[in-house]
Amino acid sequence: MNVRLRNPSRTVQIQGGRSVAKLLNELGLNRETVLVIRNGTLVPGDGFLEDCDEVELRPVISGGAA
Amino acid sequence: MKCRVCRGPAIIDVRRHNANFCVEHFIEQCERQVTKAIDAFSMIAPGERVLVAVSGGKDSLALWDLLHRLGHHAEGLYLGLGIGEYSDESGVYARDFAAARGLVLHEVDLRRDYGYDVPRAAAATRRVPCSACGLSKRHLFDEVARQGNFDVVATGHNLDDEAAVLFGNVLRWQTEYLARQMPVLPAGNGFPRKVKPLVRLSEREMAAYCIVTGIDYQVEECPMAAGNSHLGYKEALNSIEERSPGTKHDFYFGFLDRAAEAFREGLAQDAAALSSCRDCGAPTPSDRCAFCRLVERSGGRLPEHDGHDPATATGTPVILGRRERP
Ligand code: SF4
Ligand SMILES: [Zn+2]
Ligand SMILES: [Zn+2]
Repeated sequence: MNVRLRNPSRTVQIQGGRSVAKLLNELGLNRETVLVIRNGTLVPGDGFLEDCDEVELRPVISGGAA
Repeated sequence: MKCRVCRGPAIIDVRRHNANFCVEHFIEQCERQVTKAIDAFSMIAPGERVLVAVSGGKDSLALWDLLHRLGHHAEGLYLGLGIGEYSDESGVYARDFAAARGLVLHEVDLRRDYGYDVPRAAAATRRVPCSACGLSKRHLFDEVARQGNFDVVATGHNLDDEAAVLFGNVLRWQTEYLARQMPVLPAGNGFPRKVKPLVRLSEREMAAYCIVTGIDYQVEECPMAAGNSHLGYKEALNSIEERSPGTKHDFYFGFLDRAAEAFREGLAQDAAALSSCRDCGAPTPSDRCAFCRLVERSGGRLPEHDGHDPATATGTPVILGRRERP
């Protein structure tokens, strides 16, 4: 599947379908800090991502201190 | 995963509430949390005019949307900070959001209206950009609120923001800051009330809210934020949260319930009467406010005063800083 990451914006290729939780784990991402989006909708932690999916992992942490 | 309310398929898990929600019930949950915060801290009374500080990011747009949904009279204020592409883009998100909903968006542009921008102010003061930026924001929110007769200024600080600020203040035992860290600052001394209606919602929930309600927001981060300590505190708290959901909430609300009062007792009485800044009229303890000094040091200029009194009750945009005489 194609996985789009942000900040900076880039796309990585991942072979084979797997659950959201597994994908985040493999990429070392904290589930508190990202959302998984497929076709404009959110995929929950137990959702399954197919090999043919286009997925976005969107970080949700903003950095302004003011 | 099933929605806690309707047992339909869930789109998000909110682990600190041990609950999953479908789109409809997640939106309802966000509305309920905002209402709860507003009521618990008497943030906004019915019929009050609210000025929302809008950056074009997820939190401020979600806040504006939620206040609007909940029936509050909320107008937006966008500040052009002059931080390169980031600022150009963020303005587009704010304007598009307002236009699509027919909401009033006020705008102040630091460069156009005051002849400086955040990078220049940071260089001139030799401090981190966020400090000049924060000073400018606070001053201009107050000023526009005053001129537009707004009762309250609302900002999009969420649970993660407040917990991270608290964490930083505790690590350094900044007792004065701890005494003042509240989700609502009462009006007084010529300043409008300041409220943070999103304190019961996490950053992840605000991003999710935007996605499920179709709010297009700026995902790219302000380039000035990279590597600051605030981000480090968020990271630390989130790694604890991952293992024990609810920690951020307990940390922040436990502080408000059981500790904040103790810090307030130690707070020096700063009832010293404020005078008016000789240049802009803002309340200040000295004869010139910190904002006017910042503008001068950054090589900017203040708009001339001409007694211009912007329209108020009609909701006509306050045009600040464009007060050149014909
Ligand atoms: S990160 Fe700092 S400089 Fe950037 S908008 Fe936020 S406060 Fe301003
Ligand atoms: Zn439901
Ligand atoms: Zn001033």
